[in-house]
Amino acid sequence: MVSTTAEVVYQRPESFTDVHTHYCPGCTHGIAHRLIAEVIDEMGLREKTIGVAPVGCSVFAYKYFKMDFVEAPHGRAPAMATGIKRVLPENTVFTYQGDGDLASIGMAEIMHAAARGENITVIFINNAIYGMTGGQMAPTTLPGMKTTSSPFGRDVELTGHPIRMAEILAIMDGSGYIVRRSLHNAANIRKSKKAIRLAFEAQERGLGFSMVELLSSCPTNWKISVRDSMEFIADKMIPVFPLGDYKVSPSLEGLKV
Amino acid sequence: MDETSIIISGFGGQGTLFAGQVLAYASMDNGLEVTWIPSYGPEMRGGTAHCTVIISEEPIGSPLIRNPDVVLALNLPSVDKYEDLVPKGGVLVANSSLFNREIKRKDITSLLIPANQIAEEIGISRLVNMIMVGAMTRLKPILPLDAVKKALEEHIPERHKNTLPMNFEALDKGFAFAEKTG
Amino acid sequence: MAKELLKGNHAFAEAAIRAGVEAFYGYPITPSSEFLEYMSSRLPSLGRAFVQAESEVSAINMVYGAACAGKRAMTASSSPGISLMMEGISYIAGTEVPAVVVNVMRGGPGLGNIAPSQGDYYQMIKGGGHGDYFPIVLAPARVQEAIDSIELAFDLAEKYRSIVHVIVDGNMGQMMEPAELPPMKEISKEVPDWAVTGAKGREPNTLTSIYLAPEDEEVTNLRLLKRWKEIEKNEVLYQEYQLDDAEILVIGFGTAGRVASSAIREAREEGIKAGLLRPITLAPFPQERLIELTKQVRRILVVEMNSGMMLDDVMKIVKGQVPVEFYGRMGGMTPLPDEILDEIKRVAANKGPGSDDPRDEWIPRLEGRILGEK
Repeated sequence: MVSTTAEVVYQRPESFTDVHTHYCPGCTHGIAHRLIAEVIDEMGLREKTIGVAPVGCSVFAYKYFKMDFVEAPHGRAPAMATGIKRVLPENTVFTYQGDGDLASIGMAEIMHAAARGENITVIFINNAIYGMTGGQMAPTTLPGMKTTSSPFGRDVELTGHPIRMAEILAIMDGSGYIVRRSLHNAANIRKSKKAIRLAFEAQERGLGFSMVELLSSCPTNWKISVRDSMEFIADKMIPVFPLGDYKVSPSLEGLKV
Repeated sequence: MDETSIIISGFGGQGTLFAGQVLAYASMDNGLEVTWIPSYGPEMRGGTAHCTVIISEEPIGSPLIRNPDVVLALNLPSVDKYEDLVPKGGVLVANSSLFNREIKRKDITSLLIPANQIAEEIGISRLVNMIMVGAMTRLKPILPLDAVKKALEEHIPERHKNTLPMNFEALDKGFAFAEKTG
Repeated sequence: MAKELLKGNHAFAEAAIRAGVEAFYGYPITPSSEFLEYMSSRLPSLGRAFVQAESEVSAINMVYGAACAGKRAMTASSSPGISLMMEGISYIAGTEVPAVVVNVMRGGPGLGNIAPSQGDYYQMIKGGGHGDYFPIVLAPARVQEAIDSIELAFDLAEKYRSIVHVIVDGNMGQMMEPAELPPMKEISKEVPDWAVTGAKGREPNTLTSIYLAPEDEEVTNLRLLKRWKEIEKNEVLYQEYQLDDAEILVIGFGTAGRVASSAIREAREEGIKAGLLRPITLAPFPQERLIELTKQVRRILVVEMNSGMMLDDVMKIVKGQVPVEFYGRMGGMTPLPDEILDEIKRVAANKGPGSDDPRDEWIPRLEGRILGEK
């Protein structure tokens, strides 16, 4: 007889609800959600976390996280998070925002939340396009990239240049942890999770504003296959949005997570 | 006592708003109803500044009035603006240090008082407002001079506390000037 | 407590503090900035939240956040700032969380000026933000009433999970009057069961204004409407002055109502039986009382500091039973008692029929007065 012992190697995080997401096949929102849920589980924060969902594809994020959630007007998640964190400073507060939400309509809110050093965590999904409204040009759309509102390719002479939020937010004195990661393959997903962990650690340590920018896919609106989407991130997006640590508070250095 | 309306008007920095507040405090402390309302906005410094004070035994309706019973005009533009608006039998106290003309109206009680000169005699120029208020309490005796002094003592900003005796002197001199001239 | 001489904006702010406001988020704008300044000096030392936001858009969303956390939260602004807040106000209404917004109104549209106005009546009373919702609107006219209205505003906001607007014009913000502040109220430890506070030992709470299925949104709209009907039934407030034997009914709110009361006193001295109805809640409007009065009075004069906005509501209620006339000043002009007295005298002498739009007769009268004032 051969004896075997079963070991759980993969299961639904406690911070997740038992609900199928509405995201398209090949979209990395689901991965980002899962990484956040795992980190919150590991840190034991679920019962004190308040999430702030944006307007965009992830407008229903609150359906997938088993924790208190509010849903902000387009771009205003950092303001709502500020309002909450200032009256509930012991709670963990994070926003989950896309590129249109954070880098276009919500530019003022994100910049000032960072400048004030609001002790909140922002998970920024950068997929270079507006997903929910049907594939229009985003503030992070790459030069030459075709979208439904830049049908001939983004002409930077007419529409300006993509905005690099991690770089901008890193120079704000109020920010404590600002990095850019990518979700296009397993190795980068692991690095992304570590970054999310450090962002929440920064908040728990009161180090100020923390943000993880995650380069993400949108095969539906990019109108390419899932496999090509991952290659698009690696080959086209990373050169414009270099991965890296843009600001790491000295208090986080050497922290093993 | 009927409702009494007072407008105090002058250049920004002449203390018109504070003078009105002193009257308002004195009224409140004497158990009267009172409203104080300033002109406000970009003209706060340097331009004209005026406030309206309404004092009554009854609850006050309008805090604003077209024809004030009493006008304290600390500069010429204020005399020009309000001379015609004071109703018959009303009171106009004008700071004659800053202009050189007669008061045309003969159907009102008017007083030309060289408030800047009197203030200089006392020692500081910032007393013009209290000299005018002192004169008013003589010409329109709705509040005793002592009540005004008490209100001033209680509400003068801390940084000006050292000028309190001079402010009292200003009130007295204004009152005396009105008594002598009137 | 003894009476103190209090400035409107400061009295408002201190009253909010004593009513237990736990968060104030705002942005400077004349003539409401003193509210913000006052809060900045008081709240931090009390351990309560204060943020000068980067914009009114952000400020109202901070209020939205704190309201979702179950805290007494408010902001104060002035007309152009309120326009910017309308997005957040609609979300607050749609999410059914309580919040209080003070609007110290100024002349408009556009940048307008900083002088006192009532030109935001439509914006405040009829919603202003997008979608089907019903704000409660209080319009105090005295500093004491402003103080009392703030605690009432929070109570109503929480009772009905509603947005409550307290609207005054710039006169009220700047005016000083003797008034009495209530004692400091202890902050309630009670956490509403719908609030987001961390899902400790309970199912998670989500607060959102999204109802993607029209069927669900319709049920929400219906719930809000039925709640509004309750508010209409229970929460009407108004002040009457000399109405017992009045033949001429003057209706005005805020400063316009106050000024009218002075004119009515003078009209009475001249033998004209005039009286005042001053709504304190503009929404809900004192509809039933007005209907009663239409059976008593001969003629109605509506006085406002706008182009006749409440006038429309009055006309709708009066339904032509009694002739309605209008007198308004606009653009930051405050009518003075003598103007309204002239109007009361004119209205008292007018035996003619009413007009479908009293503004038609008012426009030339106002033009005449403007020429006369020049």
